Amino acid sequence: MQDSAIIAPRWTLTGIIEGMRASLVVLPSLAMFAAGFGAVAAQKGLTLFEATMMSAVVYAGVSQFVAMEGWTGQFTLAGLATITAITMIVNLRFVLLGGALRPWLGPLPAWQVYPSLFFLSDAGWLMAMRYRAEGGNDAGYFLGTGLARWTAWIIATVPGYLAGAAVADPHRFGLDMIMPAFFSALLVPLWRGPRRALSWLIAGLVAVTLAQLTSGWWFIVIGALAGSIAGGWIDDRD
Amino acid sequence: MTGTESLYGPIAAILAMAIATFLTRTAGFWLMAHVPLTVRVRRMLEALPGSIVAATVLPIIVKSGLPAMLAIAAAAALMVARRNEFLAVAVGVAVAAGSRALGL
Repeated sequence: MQDSAIIAPRWTLTGIIEGMRASLVVLPSLAMFAAGFGAVAAQKGLTLFEATMMSAVVYAGVSQFVAMEGWTGQFTLAGLATITAITMIVNLRFVLLGGALRPWLGPLPAWQVYPSLFFLSDAGWLMAMRYRAEGGNDAGYFLGTGLARWTAWIIATVPGYLAGAAVADPHRFGLDMIMPAFFSALLVPLWRGPRRALSWLIAGLVAVTLAQLTSGWWFIVIGALAGSIAGGWIDDRD
Repeated sequence: MTGTESLYGPIAAILAMAIATFLTRTAGFWLMAHVPLTVRVRRMLEALPGSIVAATVLPIIVKSGLPAMLAIAAAAALMVARRNEFLAVAVGVAVAAGSRALGL
């Protein structure tokens, strides 16, 4: 990979503001996602501080929801190792997104790029890549999309938590369906035809089978890995 | 001992999650400078998000029965029709509450 001929991106405040402004349209749905997490966290017994802190330092919705699925509040060292491994596997998709930023942000010094990668997210990445494809070369834009989303993500966790904590019987009001409904909605834009969805089916079936035998998080992770591996062997032609 | 665990355990877990997530966010950028991702690895990573969703949701549907199935179906249908996550979740939750009230 030779980047020497490429002009290094600049960082400007204008770029950051432009990225933040472009993110405004996606903030309402992002805020709902964060509020949904807050509500589930309240029901799982996290404190408001813990829930908000998780949104601030982890800032990865899918892994936060998956963590809630097996959350007991009691952690042994083995439990800590488990949640670390599971979070890493659930967020492995970021490897792909980060890799795609290399050709653009590669010429920048590492100390500038790595801290800003903390803000990497699916939708922010997509916007930044579109901006780059249209000829933009201000790394501030990428940072701006991340900052806007991160701020909304943290703030929206709080009202969601308070609402979730106020409901005494979440099952009766269907609140236990917040996470599965959100996750199912996430599948729709990921749809690339039945051939690709075959890997999802494999993931689901493996997880259902293992869920009869194990509890906690492992059936999710093993199911997801099974689907991912199957996806690696399913061709693109469709 | 349990007192200490219940006080510091969740914070330790959250910090562990934060470190794990940051590693995944930076790993791809770092790796690309050293080894290119093969097509197979790329496809595997592309299949991962949908697989996580399926592996999380399908066991919940199996465990929670008909109301969960109706709720998920309603949420997915709404998402296809309107592309609005909020509406999809609101309708999914309402369908679950309604079908439980009916004793399904």
